[in-house]
Amino acid sequence: MNKENIIDVSNLTKQYKDILAVNHISFTVKQGEIFGFLGPNGAGKTTTIKMLTGLIQPTEGTATIQKKDIRTQIVEIKKTIGVVTEDSNLYDELSVFDNLRFVGQLYGVSKLNREKRIGELLKRFDLESKREAKFATLSKGMKRKVTIAAALIHSPQVVFLDEPTTGLDVLSGRILRAMVKELKALGVTIFLTTHYIEEAEQLCDRVAILVNGAIKTVDTPKNLIAKTNTKNLEEAFIEITGLKEEIMLVEKEGKRINV
Amino acid sequence: MFKEEVKGSLYIALKDLRMYYFKPPNLSWGIMFPIVMALAFILRNPSGVKDLASGLIAMSILFAATSAEAIVIVFERRTKTFERLLLAPLSFQAILFGKVIGGVIFGFLISSIFLVGSVIFLGVPFSNTVFLLASLVLSAFVFSAFGTLISVAVKEIFDATTLANFFRFPMIFLCGVFIPVSALPAFLHPLAYVFPLTYSVDLIRFFITGSYDLVHPAICVVVLIFYSIVLFYLSVWVLKRRIEQ
Repeated sequence: MNKENIIDVSNLTKQYKDILAVNHISFTVKQGEIFGFLGPNGAGKTTTIKMLTGLIQPTEGTATIQKKDIRTQIVEIKKTIGVVTEDSNLYDELSVFDNLRFVGQLYGVSKLNREKRIGELLKRFDLESKREAKFATLSKGMKRKVTIAAALIHSPQVVFLDEPTTGLDVLSGRILRAMVKELKALGVTIFLTTHYIEEAEQLCDRVAILVNGAIKTVDTPKNLIAKTNTKNLEEAFIEITGLKEEIMLVEKEGKRINV
Repeated sequence: MFKEEVKGSLYIALKDLRMYYFKPPNLSWGIMFPIVMALAFILRNPSGVKDLASGLIAMSILFAATSAEAIVIVFERRTKTFERLLLAPLSFQAILFGKVIGGVIFGFLISSIFLVGSVIFLGVPFSNTVFLLASLVLSAFVFSAFGTLISVAVKEIFDATTLANFFRFPMIFLCGVFIPVSALPAFLHPLAYVFPLTYSVDLIRFFITGSYDLVHPAICVVVLIFYSIVLFYLSVWVLKRRIEQ
C-alpha cells in the first residue's frame, strides 16, 4: 500500500551571507518511515532540521509537514512534531519531572494526561529513580534520554532526531535505537540525522545523502549498496560523498607518519 | 488558540520566576540597590522623605523588572534552553509575553514591598489604592519589556548588563527619582521627557501626594501604554529578525 507523504520538501534553501548552507533540496518522507539524513560535518543536516522545525526561516523554497506549510503554519506544525536537537536543551536547575512537566505545559497537554504520560515515559526510559534529580546532575546518556522523553511528551506524529546517539555509551545507544524502532512500530514518522552510518543502515527505511548543502541521492540503504557495488552503507556513503580520495590521502599520510 | 497562548505565556513566566527571579543576585539589584540609594538621599534630607517615596518606588520597579529580564534570554540562548521555547507551539508574541510577565510580577512584588515599607516606616500617605497598584503594574510592564528588548538584542550577558545600566543610571538622575525634573536645568528636560521613568514617577507621585511635577497623570498613562506596546513589539520584531537571518 502506498503511504502518503508526511514531509514534503521543495527547493529548500538557506543562505547565510556568503555561505550557502542548504542548496535547493527536495525530498519526501512517507508516513511511518524512518528517514535518515546523512552527510559529513557541515553538510547542512542540522540547518535543514532547524528550517523544518521553525527554528530558522528558509531563504528560498518551502516544505510542508502533514500538508501544513512551514512558512505560514509553523505553530500548528509544532503541535504534532517532537524535536530532539543536538544539545540537551532542558533546564539544569529543574528536576527531571519538572522539566517534563514544563515541556508538557508548553504543548498544552492536560494535567491529567501530563502526569500519566510523564509516568509512562519515566518508566519506559528507566528514569523513575531520577524523577526528582536535577537535570544538571545527570550523566550525558541520562540527559539524552530525558531530552527524548521531553520530545515525546505530547505524543507527536513526527519526531526529528538530530544526532541522538552522539556521545552515548554502547548500552544507551542500543536503548535509543530500540526506542526508535518502537516509535516506528507505533506509526510515528522519524527524521534522523546521524554520523554513525552503521546506525542508519540498521534503522532507516530510506536515506538522503547530503554533501555541501545539496542532496546527492535518496534511496533505501539496500539500493545504495547495490548501486555503488559496495559491501555496506558506510562504503556506499564514502563512494557517494566523494570521501574516498580524502580517506586514501589520510591513510597515505598516516603511513608516512608511521614510517 | 488564544487561551493556549496565554497559558503558555503564564507557564513561561512562572518557570522564569522560579528559576531566575528569587535568586540572591537579582534580589540584591531589585531590593538592596534602591534601598541604599534612597538611604543616601534620606540621610542628606530627612524632611523630604514623602517626596522621595514615589521616586523610590518607581526606581525599585525599574531595577526589579529589568535586572533579571535583561539577561534571561541571553542566558537561555547560551544554554540552548531558549530553543526549547522556540520549538513549542507558541507564537513569538506568546513566548516574549511570558518573559515580560515574569518581570512584571517580580517588579510589582518588589515595588509593593517598597510601597508598604514607605507607608509603615515613612508615614507616606496614598490616595487611591487600585489606581496606584495599576500604575505599578503598568510601569513594571514598560521596564520589563525594556529588559526583554535588551535581552533579545544582545549576544553576551556582559553586553546586556552594560546596555541596561547605560539607560538605567541616567534615568535615576534625570527622571525625577531624587530631584524633581522641574528643578533640573532646562536643557535636561527634553531628555527627561524621552525616558519612561519620568512618567512612572509622576504617575505614582500623583497617587501618593495628589499632585504631579511635570506631566498630567492621564498623559503619563497614555505614554506608558505607548512605551509598553512599542518596546514589546520591538522585542518581537528583533527576535523574528534573528530567526530569519
